[in-house]
Amino acid sequence: MAGDIPLALRDEFATRPGRDTIVTALVRWGLIAACLAFLAALLLAPLAMVFAAAFEHGLAAYWRSFSDPDTRASIRLTLITAAVVVPLNTMFGLAAAWCIAKFEFPGKSFLVTLIDLPLAISPVISGMMFVLLFGLQGWFGAWLQDHDISIIFALPGIILATMLVTFPYVARELIPLMQQLGNDEEEAAITMGAGAWMTFFRVTLPKVRWGLIYGVILCNARAMGEFGAVSVVSGHIRGLTNTMPLTIEILYNEYNFVGAFAVASLLTLLAVVTLVIKSLIERAGYERR
Amino acid sequence: MAGSRFHQPSVLPGFGLTFGFTTFFLSALVLLPLAALVFMAASMSWGELLRVVTSARAVGSYRLSFGASLLAASINLVFGFVIAWTLVRYRFPGRKLVDALIDMPFALPTAVSGIALTSVFAQNGWIGRYLSLLGIQVAYTWIGVTVALTLIGMPFMVRTLQPAITEVQRDLEDAAETLGAGRFYVFRRIILPTVLPAMLTGFALAFARAVGEYGSVIFIAGNIPRKTEITPLLIVIHLQEFDYRGAAALGSVMLVMSFVVLLTINLIHTWGRRRLVAAAC
Repeated sequence: MAGDIPLALRDEFATRPGRDTIVTALVRWGLIAACLAFLAALLLAPLAMVFAAAFEHGLAAYWRSFSDPDTRASIRLTLITAAVVVPLNTMFGLAAAWCIAKFEFPGKSFLVTLIDLPLAISPVISGMMFVLLFGLQGWFGAWLQDHDISIIFALPGIILATMLVTFPYVARELIPLMQQLGNDEEEAAITMGAGAWMTFFRVTLPKVRWGLIYGVILCNARAMGEFGAVSVVSGHIRGLTNTMPLTIEILYNEYNFVGAFAVASLLTLLAVVTLVIKSLIERAGYERR
Repeated sequence: MAGSRFHQPSVLPGFGLTFGFTTFFLSALVLLPLAALVFMAASMSWGELLRVVTSARAVGSYRLSFGASLLAASINLVFGFVIAWTLVRYRFPGRKLVDALIDMPFALPTAVSGIALTSVFAQNGWIGRYLSLLGIQVAYTWIGVTVALTLIGMPFMVRTLQPAITEVQRDLEDAAETLGAGRFYVFRRIILPTVLPAMLTGFALAFARAVGEYGSVIFIAGNIPRKTEITPLLIVIHLQEFDYRGAAALGSVMLVMSFVVLLTINLIHTWGRRRLVAAAC
């Protein structure tokens, strides 16, 4: 039936003008206007504000804010953190998805709940748990001090806190995908004599690649932008333990708005790129079907 | 052979490796830290725990955190529905762009949305300027906290509602209208019952996210004790004063709240599924 309708008319058909067209149209445009007004005030205005404030004193002032050594150090720290966290979380996501989607075992729902947990608790609590473990008055505090190892207020603490907050993203993307795609191809490969790793790399990985890519870029965006958990474990030592979001906070509180929004503009671009890749992946997945 | 195995038999390899890695990772990263929190809170006497948890400052922070989160989730209930409905049912120029933008608060670092919202809603900001003419001050008040929490919760509501609205049966709506039902009657009796479980789930998700939110709130809140100080900030202040036990006590209160919300979401899921089965019979 739908095939008989010309393509140009199908969108019109989708909105289906009812009996009293004027009222229907008023409702429709009223709702669209309300939707756009809400998003403009809450989403578009802040996004535009980031760039307006960053470029308020011109391009030169914008570039100059990146020559500040503390800002540069924070960018480096954020990149290092993401470079450690994202591969580890990707490995975890693949392992957890393989284990949960391909096998039946007792306690499975408990594992799934644990994976969801970091999304449900406050990032401040996630950070605090590591302070309670490794802080000076924490469980391992005295031992770590005796051995001259610093975790809290240092890079390891930042990496741990970021890992805890961002590890669910890859796993949560992959588990439903692997469950939905089933095991038929893998079972065929194994029965015909393919090795375990060969099956994984040649069969499973290509099957789930789009979901994996999306999970990884989302994990990366959240890792680079994590604020609450890192703020608790970082100690805010300038040039040493400040990540980009923490630098934004410090510059902003010092009324260095151009500097704060300049760093913010980089993270905003990262978010935009993340969403663009997500849209491209969705389109690729849609066309494949 | 099958009986001796922990997992059900399968030709696929790799159970030991992946199960081992997963449980090790989760134990080290989630269970051990969680145990530290619980034991730290449990090491306090009941009197001490109650004193910290019910201090005037703590109670003031709960009132703001939970009150503003409830209000923000309620605002999202209305606008989240309008946005999801508009995106599913209507075709207008830029619809795909708007649809992609919904995930923005999710991808944008919270510190960025925090300083940007504060600048927009400050007294000399783009929007705050006009609101202050009306005598409404948003930034540095509880209203600002609510605005930030509304933005944070919005994607959860919209993304939960979109598939539910897609499932509303058009022919039922048409049939009702042919039989003379009014617009609101159709909404109340046909659309609302179908999307209700999704609405409640979205509400709970947005609420849970808002209660724990830190980065986007601390810039726009005034952070005045008992007035505009959220509970996560109070925890941070305790930690900065090296009062680990006080922080752990407040953290446990929030943790219990999160568990209650998660449990509620699961109950809503079960209820929604059961209702669906009952309707099919």
